[in-house]
Amino acid sequence: MILVIAEQDAGRPTALSLEARAVARATATAAGLPLEAVELDRDGAPPGDRAAALGRLIAVRRPLAVIGPGSDSATELLAHVAARAGLPLAANITALDVGGSGAGRPLQLTRQRWGGTLLEDATIEAGPALFTVAPHAVAAEPVGTAPEPLPVSLDVDGVAGDGLVRLVERVPMGTEGVALEAAPVVVGGGRGVGSAEAFGMLDELARLLGGTVGVSRAVTSAGWRPHREQVGQTGARIAPDLYIACGISGAVQHIVGCRGAKRILAINTDPDAPMVAAADWAVIGDLHALLPPLLEAIRDTR
Amino acid sequence: MNVLVCVKRVPATGGRVTLTPDARAIDTSLLGFTTSPHEECAVEEAARLVEAGGGTSTVLTLGPEAAIEQLRDAMAVGIERAVLLETDGTEWGPAATAAAIADAVRARESADGEPFGLLLFGNEAADSADYQVGVRVAVALDRPCVTGVKRLDVGAGAVRAWRERDGAWDVYEMPLPAVVTVREGINLPRYPSVPGRLRARRKDVERAPARRVPVADAVLTRLRLPAQAEHRVEILGTGPEAVPPVVEVLRQLGLVGR
Ligand SMILES: Cc1cc2nc3c(=O)[nH]c(=O)nc-3n(C[C@H](O)[C@H](O)[C@H](O)COP(=O)(O)OP(=O)(O)OC[C@H]3O[C@@H](n4cnc5c(N)ncnc54)[C@H](O)[C@@H]3O)c2cc1C
Ligand SMILES: Nc1ncnc2c1ncn2[C@@H]1O[C@H](COP(=O)(O)O)[C@@H](O)[C@H]1O
Repeated sequence: MILVIAEQDAGRPTALSLEARAVARATATAAGLPLEAVELDRDGAPPGDRAAALGRLIAVRRPLAVIGPGSDSATELLAHVAARAGLPLAANITALDVGGSGAGRPLQLTRQRWGGTLLEDATIEAGPALFTVAPHAVAAEPVGTAPEPLPVSLDVDGVAGDGLVRLVERVPMGTEGVALEAAPVVVGGGRGVGSAEAFGMLDELARLLGGTVGVSRAVTSAGWRPHREQVGQTGARIAPDLYIACGISGAVQHIVGCRGAKRILAINTDPDAPMVAAADWAVIGDLHALLPPLLEAIRDTR
Repeated sequence: MNVLVCVKRVPATGGRVTLTPDARAIDTSLLGFTTSPHEECAVEEAARLVEAGGGTSTVLTLGPEAAIEQLRDAMAVGIERAVLLETDGTEWGPAATAAAIADAVRARESADGEPFGLLLFGNEAADSADYQVGVRVAVALDRPCVTGVKRLDVGAGAVRAWRERDGAWDVYEMPLPAVVTVREGINLPRYPSVPGRLRARRKDVERAPARRVPVADAVLTRLRLPAQAEHRVEILGTGPEAVPPVVEVLRQLGLVGR
């Protein structure tokens, strides 16, 4: 049996859960194994009780693979289950082959490393083993196109979670402006912008285009802009219609954050910068010379 | 309070990644080494906690002898003690790594006669990104744990750990000793000063062989670079003369009017 974790938001499976289901479905179908599902609410509760209950379920039902979405909550939960049950966990898989049903062949998987910069092929000696599916790396299973997996209920009666971690408060974040992850246009700034003050030009360009500013790690490390604006492996993953990358070299850790952009315009003095190679359009020159007349020209179109 | 922070030595890749001929590792012949930004923030948090509240700070890594460089980087920003769990340089899986770290924590704590109030980890390592070593250590030591933390308030005998969910903060409370995995953004790490670097170079590093217990982990067979869609970049100009073509691109995308 293959067990898939379906996280629910307001009674419906989350997008990441449908991606996990797509991988779980492909794995189960190829192996000729039944697919079952556990539904969990995404409510911020600490993983303790659920991890204990899921561990008990795995011990009883012995699924060959437990496959969860690549959300923070499911990743944390499965890490707890793996640790308690002494099972392997492979995070951010994109494909899984468990061989024939119960054949005892090693499990073969492909997973992301370095935030998706590299793929790793790996094996796990034998199931049960736990997996999370890399976010936005596989197509989600459209709802209603395949039979719903058989639901399994999670029984938390009489299990002992650690009981020591309590969710005590939910505090609003006070966000202003367009959210980075959802912005239709992101104006990116890197070390080449040169100073916190010079970001005024980028703010203005973003405002004129109905977008928001995103930055490289060089910029947050310098303290020019807050970390919440950082795009990349340890920042936000963006998917705008247009990304305008100003003075950003395009290190692999930055590219993994912006490769979801439909179109990229790079402004860089270095024609050999990887950001230029990744772009659809580029201006090879000083952003400080280009942006002021560009802002003026855009204002003139109004 | 005594604080332990765990870091992992990884190649500092930049513009392009190349693999070794056997495709089992990144070619590091032209690269330096670093740690994950999450771990740099964990190091900064450990230094600040001890500066503010007393106790000792310790940095630990499991890796080859060369990983002493990452321990010294942490000592350069104020971490006092360093422990190397030495391996032969081959990659260990996350379950094996966590088991060895948990062992080392037990040994250190019984030598010190008191537990670390906090064990700090990165949320995920930069290279393997297994998302689990911190949790496995917490479970092995039977301590409470919160992952993905972006703000930490330490009180008497307890800690409040903040993390983001759907545009708001979930705030957790747990008793000490505890385990926390942190994300970049929790603080802005300081740059090491020159005297800090010099002091770090003179400090001792405690060394112990890493003890490998047989556990099930995924075993790497090979690495691959993801397929890159072929595409061509159109150069619009080199200076202010590029303004009209840029505006034309914006017009095509419907972002500016006529
Ligand atoms: C594990 C790990 C995780 C990381 N995570 C992230 C992450 O999430 N996000 C991230 O961004 N980075 C991340 N990094 C850092 C990354 O490797 C790079 O160091 C960083 O992205 C570089 O930022 P930059 O492009 O602004 O600076 P630089 O690499 O210094 O590039 C500056 C660019 O500006 C150009 N330039 C200079 N002056 C001008 C001018 N006047 N006009 C036009 N162009 C100009 C230069 O030609 C150059 O291309 C991570 C690194 C590691 C090791
Ligand atoms: N070899 C190692 N030595 C010390 N700490 C490690 C090691 N590997 C992982 N860690 C710690 O565990 C965190 C999570 O790693 P991972 O579960 O591999 O993504 C990292 O950010 C480090 O803080």
